[in-house]
Amino acid sequence: MKAGRYGIYGGQYVPETLMSALIELEETYERVRENPEFSRRLSWYLHEYAGRETPLTYCGNLSRDLGCRVYLKREDLLHGGAHKLNNTLGQALMAKFMGKHRLIAETGAGQHGVATAIAGAALDLPVEVYMGEVDTRRQALNVFRMELLGARVVPVASGTRTLKDAINAAMRDWVANLRDTHYLLGSCVGPHPFPRIVRDFQSVIGEEARRQILEREGRLPDTVVACVGGGSNAIGIFYPFSNDDVTLVGVEAGGDGLESGRHGASLSAGSVGVFQGALSYLLQDGDGQALETHSVAAGLDHPSVGPEHAMLKDSGRVHYEAATDAEALHAFRRLSRTEGIIPALESAHAVAYALRAADDLDKDDILVINLSGRGDKDVADVANLHGGVA
Amino acid sequence: MSRIAGLFARKNPVFIGFTVAGDPGIEASFGVAKTMIDAGVDLLEVAVPYSDPVADGPVIERAHVRALRAGTTPDDVFALVRRIREHAPALPLVLFTYHNIIHRRGPDRFFSEAAAAGADGVLIVDLPSEESGEVAPYAARYGIDRIVLIAPTTSPERQRTILKDASGFVYLISLEGVTGERDRLPPGIAGLVGAVREKTDLPLAVGFGVSRPEHVRSVVAAGANGVIVGSALVRLIEEHLDDGAAMHEALATAIVALRRGLVPNPEPDMLRRERVEG
Repeated sequence: MKAGRYGIYGGQYVPETLMSALIELEETYERVRENPEFSRRLSWYLHEYAGRETPLTYCGNLSRDLGCRVYLKREDLLHGGAHKLNNTLGQALMAKFMGKHRLIAETGAGQHGVATAIAGAALDLPVEVYMGEVDTRRQALNVFRMELLGARVVPVASGTRTLKDAINAAMRDWVANLRDTHYLLGSCVGPHPFPRIVRDFQSVIGEEARRQILEREGRLPDTVVACVGGGSNAIGIFYPFSNDDVTLVGVEAGGDGLESGRHGASLSAGSVGVFQGALSYLLQDGDGQALETHSVAAGLDHPSVGPEHAMLKDSGRVHYEAATDAEALHAFRRLSRTEGIIPALESAHAVAYALRAADDLDKDDILVINLSGRGDKDVADVANLHGGVA
Repeated sequence: MSRIAGLFARKNPVFIGFTVAGDPGIEASFGVAKTMIDAGVDLLEVAVPYSDPVADGPVIERAHVRALRAGTTPDDVFALVRRIREHAPALPLVLFTYHNIIHRRGPDRFFSEAAAAGADGVLIVDLPSEESGEVAPYAARYGIDRIVLIAPTTSPERQRTILKDASGFVYLISLEGVTGERDRLPPGIAGLVGAVREKTDLPLAVGFGVSRPEHVRSVVAAGANGVIVGSALVRLIEEHLDDGAAMHEALATAIVALRRGLVPNPEPDMLRRERVEG
């Protein structure tokens, strides 16, 4: 396999101006991950500041209803309310070690922007967050949170005015400010070495979950489920289970249904293409133009997916499914009522798959769902969709 | 000798204009190209419109959006190149594209169609030398020059690696950033031109940010063999969307003014002669 490739996927499809920054990032990353001082400081931030480890919660009510043993990996309890902080603390600390004085980031649902704003505040680095104009409206609360945390939010009015355009805008900023700025990419997408860096920083989810389930059940789970937009929470929980006899399921945004064409399921319904620096699966037309996507969950509303997921799809190691908006909204309400846990609409896609798959599971089967974020940010949106009745 | 090599052998420095195929419309785009050529563009870069042009600033991005809204497809781009080729048989033409357009079509088909339409070179803005093996054999097979990019951030070792792939001319990026007009160009251009000049005999053209006659003059003074102007011309299209005649006049006037920067102390009759020859 070529460096920076996952099977045939990945690579570095970027303008020449960015290459020096990617090379510098790769070299720094190789150096930093071996540096005991870096590990010590990251470990401090993860445990003393962010609240790791997060619980692996046995869901008694849901287990009884579904007829199997359901656990939730509680990334919703991480500081900031989502798994995103694992990566932002890691990369912000790296930026410090690289001597960069400014962080930029893109955000879709706002969770990565909030997590970057938190990491920037904690590590005393100024933060600018690019966010599609459409998303600034549907995630207004997160815009306010970012601003409260001292970040500047830049609405992006180009293209479809969503996550992909926010990434384009952040890349343009980075090209112009390479010398003092680190682009803190929020998912396992983009050019090498980003997919690997993000996967490594998110793998703490799977490492903990694997240890916790062994302590609790004395064996590995049968199935691990996670939602997939760019795919960072999924790769984070899957990666430590790669060599185990565990079924791994990634759940994409089915939107109005795959047959409607209005969805964000690049692995289930896309084709191979180059997008934002990497070769992966992509929702594109016959000429190679990225298509508009749709999901009730802003964080899954993206036409492409991390290149490692593309490889894992082809190899069959991970099964990729889709859950529709309606299924996710149903799961959102069901988990809230049965367990008192409001999931992010993104994570609700993973819960929705679990509800669907439970019929095929025995009562002793163990299912771990990565609850990648909490749903407070979505409450107003869901209330609007349903006239205030949950 | 290829059209590109022939141009640089005959003329030094040269003026390179950029337009997005299909901007402001598929038919109108041919009129824009024709005006640019008639006004004195020595080499024309024709961009294939793309949904996510990350190397471009807002002016050129909006041109991509206009072209896509007008329904421009790669087929339309090749048809446009064919018409330009008929209009200006000797004019060197370079297709400027993002890689997914080529990937989706398949590099064999893309380069064969580009050659058949009459393109002389292809510049793939998001395909650094690390990934260029995917297209190199096809460019060679169909006799298309592969125009490579060198940035101010490109290390001397990378410059050498990149130049191994190069043909036609070398595109030097003047600044750290995306395309778009700037008040002034960064001071390092002469250094970049000099450093690359030591490593290749190919002509060197400078682009990104070049938007005023004095910029053209400073690029030429830095020792470049060509200047590339994009956003400053594309902006004129945007400013005159509802008045085609004014658009063409603005483009022609701007190109004549920018071309003046090619000559240190231009004499009026010399400029007139050049314009007729162009």
